[in-house]
Amino acid sequence: MSAGPEEALLPRGTSYGALVGLVADPLMRRRAGRPWRIAFAVSGMLTLLLAGCTAWLFLRGIGILGNNTAVVWGFPIANYVWWIGIGNAGTFISAALLLTRQPWRAAINRFAEAMTLFAVGIAGLFPILHLGRPHYALWLTPYPNTQGLWPQWRSALVWDFAAIVSYLTFSLMFFYLGLIPDLATLRDRAQSRAGQVIYGVLALGWRGSARHWHLHDTLYRTLAAMALPLVVSVHSVAAMDFSASLMPGWQETIFPPYFVVGALFSGFGMVVVLAALIRWGLGLQAIITPRHFAVMGKVLLAGSLGMALCYGTEWLSAWQAEDRAEREHLRALFTGPYAPLYFAMLGCNLLVPQLLWSGRLRGSIPAVVGVAVVLNIGMWLERVLIIWNTLSHGYLPSMHGVFSPTLWDWLILAGSLGFFAFLMLGFARLLPAVAMHDMGKLLRRQRSGA
Amino acid sequence: MSGLLLAEFRDPETLVAAARRARQAGLRGLDAHTPFSVPELAEALALPRPRLRPVMLGAGLAAAALVYALCWYSAVIGYPLNLGGRPLNSWPTFLVLSFESGVLAASVTGFLGFFLGTGLPRLHHPVFAARGFARASQDGFFLAVDEPGLEPARLAALLDGLGPLSVRAVEP
Repeated sequence: MSAGPEEALLPRGTSYGALVGLVADPLMRRRAGRPWRIAFAVSGMLTLLLAGCTAWLFLRGIGILGNNTAVVWGFPIANYVWWIGIGNAGTFISAALLLTRQPWRAAINRFAEAMTLFAVGIAGLFPILHLGRPHYALWLTPYPNTQGLWPQWRSALVWDFAAIVSYLTFSLMFFYLGLIPDLATLRDRAQSRAGQVIYGVLALGWRGSARHWHLHDTLYRTLAAMALPLVVSVHSVAAMDFSASLMPGWQETIFPPYFVVGALFSGFGMVVVLAALIRWGLGLQAIITPRHFAVMGKVLLAGSLGMALCYGTEWLSAWQAEDRAEREHLRALFTGPYAPLYFAMLGCNLLVPQLLWSGRLRGSIPAVVGVAVVLNIGMWLERVLIIWNTLSHGYLPSMHGVFSPTLWDWLILAGSLGFFAFLMLGFARLLPAVAMHDMGKLLRRQRSGA
Repeated sequence: MSGLLLAEFRDPETLVAAARRARQAGLRGLDAHTPFSVPELAEALALPRPRLRPVMLGAGLAAAALVYALCWYSAVIGYPLNLGGRPLNSWPTFLVLSFESGVLAASVTGFLGFFLGTGLPRLHHPVFAARGFARASQDGFFLAVDEPGLEPARLAALLDGLGPLSVRAVEP
């Protein structure tokens, strides 16, 4: 490949110092603008709303939600799967693009990793919220107890707990390791004493020593190589919550890859949306370029085709299964009570992303972001429908029932979105949203290539 | 005289050339400080290959084996439960937990090993006293030489032709 594509990723004639200033100055020299303040206030209120709803839920029990004896998982587990899908993408994107040496990684990996941390943290709340007796969540861990009981290792829920905890811890270490050199940069640029002390302590005395960089590179690449199977395992395990059951529409071997593709699809969509917001909010037009959106547009298109393959496999295996319940399930998808939602989901996930075949639309940031928003709605519908459709008509006709969400369901969903926005807004003002040391490396690569 | 000298360069390429030259001249206590990773420095300064990965692998395998043993003990001996006639030692399901804990243990080991290997956190280091060292995390590329008795003028003469921005002794 010629130097052409890489050239477009950084402004011409820029210097190492200018790149650092571009990323660090919005944090250190500029006050937050009015849009940030308004967004922070609104998301802060939504966070309070989430806290209030959670308190009410714990006081009153899950009867306030729409969960019923048929659709026991309702909104909370759908939200869990949606959030963990988004959370899957950040570390995966960062690690996969590092290992494949993609030059466009440097501008997006940092906030994608932050997105992972926040989304996985929020996802982890939902299974606890829907427990009804949340204080028993610790039963998932093997702790010494007077009853001599052990967790049931054959249960997918126990695997799920282990996978989330491992992934969250791993992502935090991966994020922090990449952040240390940038914290040192902020320490050295901070003008206030408080900034110097806080960033200085967080940077742990990093001095950019060649020995330290050598070890840093080794460890970072090793962690990246471990991140890929870990990410795949996390969402595969989330899928096994479903496919290890005996319910029609769930007990399919396609589920783990199907969930992983869906996770990367929705996660990439969320990265596109955040990239547009961060680019605009922090004035990073020079380093998050239309070319980044065009490349991510291609990934979204590939994700959509992957989803089409998964849906097709699902339908085909249900049709070929010669199993009454499976066929009933397939019929219910298209004609049952949730059929309008199902068609909306297919439109969001399969049809709308096809717009990205057009190179002109991929070159337009609003178009790519629009598709990303639509597909995230589609992916949320998918998570909801996976649960509603199967649980609404299982094997026992007397147990058939329809799910209708209550106000509390919606408030908790809105609260979780607000909490996510709150965390992302805080991150954007406190930590460098773009990995400055990776940008420096990219600039060097571009200079030596030119 | 502390002996710590710093030579600043404009770009990573000249720093690498200077590091090579300093090592060939037999100077000791060589290090470099750069705002981003410059992989060629490992070879130029003859840095030893980190031995972190085998340790991580060992820790990961040990944790995976331990968790497998935990599952096996509790399911076969501690609390046997017959579920639909399935074997008590349901190894495929135990492997999920073994894998997750193996990855977790390997990454935690690597993370801790990084701090052991680098000696961080260490908030105070003589090099921070150098004038202009704040640029080492932004756009300055420094060669550090810690050879007792070496005068800045001699180091400057050695680096002749590479155009260091400055060659200074770090005042303690």
